[in-house]
Amino acid sequence: MKVKTLEIDGKLVTGGPEETIFQAAWNNGIRIPRLCHIGGLSDIGACRLCLVEVEGQNRLLASCLTPVEEGMKVRTNTESLRRYRKLLIELLFAERNHVCAVCVANGACELQDLAMSLGVTHIRVPSQLPHLPVDISHDRFGVDHNRCVLCSRCLRVCDEVEGAHTWDIAGRGRKSMMVCDLGEPWGVSQSCTGCGKCVQVCPTGALFLKGKTVGEMRKDRSFLNFIVTAREKHIWIR
Amino acid sequence: MDSIVRKPKIATVWLGGCSGCHMSFLDLDERLIELASKTEICYSPVIDIKEFPRVDFALVEGAVANEDHLHEIHHIRERCRVLIAFGDCAVTSNVTGMRNLFPLQDLMRQVYKDEASPSAGIPSGGVVPKLLERVRPLHEVVHVDHFLPGCPPSADAIWNLLMEVIAGNPPNEPRRFG
Repeated sequence: MKVKTLEIDGKLVTGGPEETIFQAAWNNGIRIPRLCHIGGLSDIGACRLCLVEVEGQNRLLASCLTPVEEGMKVRTNTESLRRYRKLLIELLFAERNHVCAVCVANGACELQDLAMSLGVTHIRVPSQLPHLPVDISHDRFGVDHNRCVLCSRCLRVCDEVEGAHTWDIAGRGRKSMMVCDLGEPWGVSQSCTGCGKCVQVCPTGALFLKGKTVGEMRKDRSFLNFIVTAREKHIWIR
Repeated sequence: MDSIVRKPKIATVWLGGCSGCHMSFLDLDERLIELASKTEICYSPVIDIKEFPRVDFALVEGAVANEDHLHEIHHIRERCRVLIAFGDCAVTSNVTGMRNLFPLQDLMRQVYKDEASPSAGIPSGGVVPKLLERVRPLHEVVHVDHFLPGCPPSADAIWNLLMEVIAGNPPNEPRRFG
């Protein structure tokens, strides 16, 4: 395996040929903000929060999708990147109806955490106030599209881990929506196995367990650690 | 500057919110005594005063939801040195702003007629201040100097921010919405 040597934030690091900038940074203790990335699932570069500057490139690159290269010089936390990330979070808040105070995930939400860690004090762009449905047709789960950030973690976990591919994205641009099967209510989905993995990987209060009220939804992602350990070390332990 | 020789003047204001932020303010408990000795609290829902005086710091709870709020927030902005958006309704419009999903006319009809009695009247201003078409967070209406999110912000968060701004430091402790 040919190891590549590169520089991230002035620090000399190495990465395997299959590794992305995001992984190499993570393995070397450099934490790049992210929302759509979650360990154990494939990356799609949906959230753009992990954008980095690479010397010699005239545009920003999504570090979760960019393979490491020999001699690369990467900057992950410049003033302008911080400014972009802050605006991205504000745009996410404005795009849908995120009312933290009455959300099931209040206090355990990755969007909320990111806003805080990136120094978002208020939302400078006016809210789009879209009219979005809440689907509680499933016996045990609910989806509130008002809180969805379209990270597609639910889609990927359902497809890549559970193998059901119940979730998908319909529509384009600001009309994009997560849908079950061909747009049916979740409760009548023929492909959903009811495993609940989508609920656990959802970064916000968009997917939740029924019966949870404001601030009660806590996500358990230990099953992903189990899968990653099994995949990488071939050990099946919890 | 005169603030060296006199105590800073503080106001707390209640616009379109539930007063929960003020409840949290009262949760300062014994620190209220310290605050009262360090500052002069000269305007607040718990003080019997009609006119908004000139102050150094104004903690404003709630969103701008009706015409009175709109008038008041401009008046406050003119008369305070540092304006602090106090709590999520002031910062994001929060629960107060959830009515923004519906046209005001539909909302009024639903609340005063459909859900009450068909013969009931819909308030049209006068004694009751007229609602604005859209509820807005403070920063959409006036310049806001500091933001203190939280629903409500904890007493500790209020205390820390007040101590920072009174000392003339920019508050840098990050706070979460909700």
